[in-house]
Amino acid sequence: MNDRRRWLDDPRNVSRLVHGLYVLCAALLLADLLYTKHTHFPFEAWFGFFAFFGFGAYVFIVMSAKLLRRWLKRPEDYYERDRPGAHDD
Amino acid sequence: MTEALLNPALVMIVGGMLLPLFKETARKVVMLALPVVSLALLCWLPTGDAGMVQFFGMTLETLRLDRLAFIFGVIFHIAAFLAVIYALHLKDTLQHVAATIYAGAAIGAVLAGDLVTLMLYWELTALSSVFLIWARRTERAYHVGMRYLIIQVGSGVLLIAGIAVRYVATGSIDFERMTLAEPGALLIFLAFGIKCAFPLMHNWLQDAYPEATVTGTVVLSAFTTKLAVYALARGFAGTELLIWIGAVMTLFPIFFAVIENDLRRVLAYSLNNQLGFMVVGIGVGTELAINGAAAHAFAHILYKSLLFMAMGAVLFRVGTVKASELGGLYKSMPWTAAFCIIGSMSISAFPLLSGFVTKSMILTAVAEEHLWVVWLVLLFASAGVLDHSGIKIPFFSFFAHDSGKRCEEAPLNMLIAMGITAALCIGIGLYPQPLYALLPFVVDYDAYSTTHVITQLQLLLFAAAGFAVLYRRGWYPPEIPSLNLDSDWLYRRAWPALWGGLARLAGRPQALAVRALPDRSAQGLVRVLQRHFRPGGLMAGPWGTGLMVLWVAVLLMVYLVSSFD
Repeated sequence: MNDRRRWLDDPRNVSRLVHGLYVLCAALLLADLLYTKHTHFPFEAWFGFFAFFGFGAYVFIVMSAKLLRRWLKRPEDYYERDRPGAHDD
Repeated sequence: MTEALLNPALVMIVGGMLLPLFKETARKVVMLALPVVSLALLCWLPTGDAGMVQFFGMTLETLRLDRLAFIFGVIFHIAAFLAVIYALHLKDTLQHVAATIYAGAAIGAVLAGDLVTLMLYWELTALSSVFLIWARRTERAYHVGMRYLIIQVGSGVLLIAGIAVRYVATGSIDFERMTLAEPGALLIFLAFGIKCAFPLMHNWLQDAYPEATVTGTVVLSAFTTKLAVYALARGFAGTELLIWIGAVMTLFPIFFAVIENDLRRVLAYSLNNQLGFMVVGIGVGTELAINGAAAHAFAHILYKSLLFMAMGAVLFRVGTVKASELGGLYKSMPWTAAFCIIGSMSISAFPLLSGFVTKSMILTAVAEEHLWVVWLVLLFASAGVLDHSGIKIPFFSFFAHDSGKRCEEAPLNMLIAMGITAALCIGIGLYPQPLYALLPFVVDYDAYSTTHVITQLQLLLFAAAGFAVLYRRGWYPPEIPSLNLDSDWLYRRAWPALWGGLARLAGRPQALAVRALPDRSAQGLVRVLQRHFRPGGLMAGPWGTGLMVLWVAVLLMVYLVSSFD
């Protein structure tokens, strides 16, 4: 296995990718001004509705899942140890 | 009767049973040929009802071919064929036999014209597929397989009960559209619901699929749940309850997927979430919605197989799919990484890929019925899909921080299987007309409107930007070795603990009663009896047949001696 340095190993290139993504996002947002949206619901026609909804939903999902860990997280061998009955594994 | 034998399901099932008779190369040829021959038969068969068989006074209609059955039949064959290529390197005959019979059973079930035939194949899918879990041959896989089998067979038992109630009340075993108020229909609905992984009945999926073998999970992911989707579309299209059940299904798995460490389990949650979209479509029940559900099932089987194939290849080469132990694998497995990204973009519904042209049919159908709450839920869930399947799966295995793990690229047969599947994902995205032509109803739908392309890209790329912000700031939940409690806690922890507690409680008055006995020798006698009769005691344990024969002989001798006067 060759272990030469890859393009992605340079943090500056990763930053370039991320900034490219932000530029794309900005362009897509501005694209909303350039065409007529065909919508089913009135709120869809709001400027940047899908963009802001996507960003907001994503952040909400990840951060609330992170919070869920407080209650749901257990050690990996949770079901394998301290077995309460012989039928459980 | 003889025409009943002309059934693609039987080709697969009988062919699967005969597989052990062939030597290695011949077996591979037969395995590859079976789905092809079977699919050719399916395409050759005329539309309509056939294969009538008399069974306990009932007339079974073992083959019904219409447009809904046909599209599921076709995709099941494609999935079976791709899974064979993916598993071609494998020397474990048991898995090949199980996978072929399982695929055949699923095909037989979608072609079943009546409920009894459906039930027979329904149970066969359970019995054959469990071997794909047991084939891992670990203690853990054994227990998981048992839980899986109990739940799957349980679904079949509910189905039998529902059919019985229905048959007694109406004298009919036809498998047609039902309403929940009809006799037995609720039982049948629940049976379908278990296999479709409805909320709270879902956990067998996340429990079992990640524990199956590398190739077994790929096979499992294609059939059981989509068979249930088919059954719901056939039996309960337009049932409003399904809209809400489906909406919940799209929602809750995404939160679990974010914090799950085992990447094949992440995919199982994601599978659950995708089923939700189909269930919503079935609940809406309009022509566009049913088309959407069928098309999405078709596309979903392909990209979900592709993702499980990619993670299977990682498991095969690295020995683990825990996100906390992976990273940087694109250096070792560039092809697998590329195929995985195509699967990820397909499931996330990026334009030019399959999910884009199928999922949007369901969303449009929901919008046309003015169900704005459900529509927003589905849009919200779409952002969730981008996280768990679009980003998390490829990012934490192939990129993220370099784990330093170096391995070989996946075996050639796996790469070919992934390559074909990826090509199909792109093909459907670029040119959906052939898929649309297969759908149950005539399609008047174009996914590539300016509005749809731009709004979908906005949704996805802004969500991706959300990931970039969270990850770079260190707010994204880290991948840590852990498991998360889900509804299986109820039957793996709560119920056994409750049962044990009740048993101890029930034993207490007995102990008090013994202590109250006046005589010490009587107390002793009761204690001796208790010792031998309690679980694990002499009288409660399993005895060998030989010992019992010996005791019978002794008894007979005693009888002989005592009657000798």
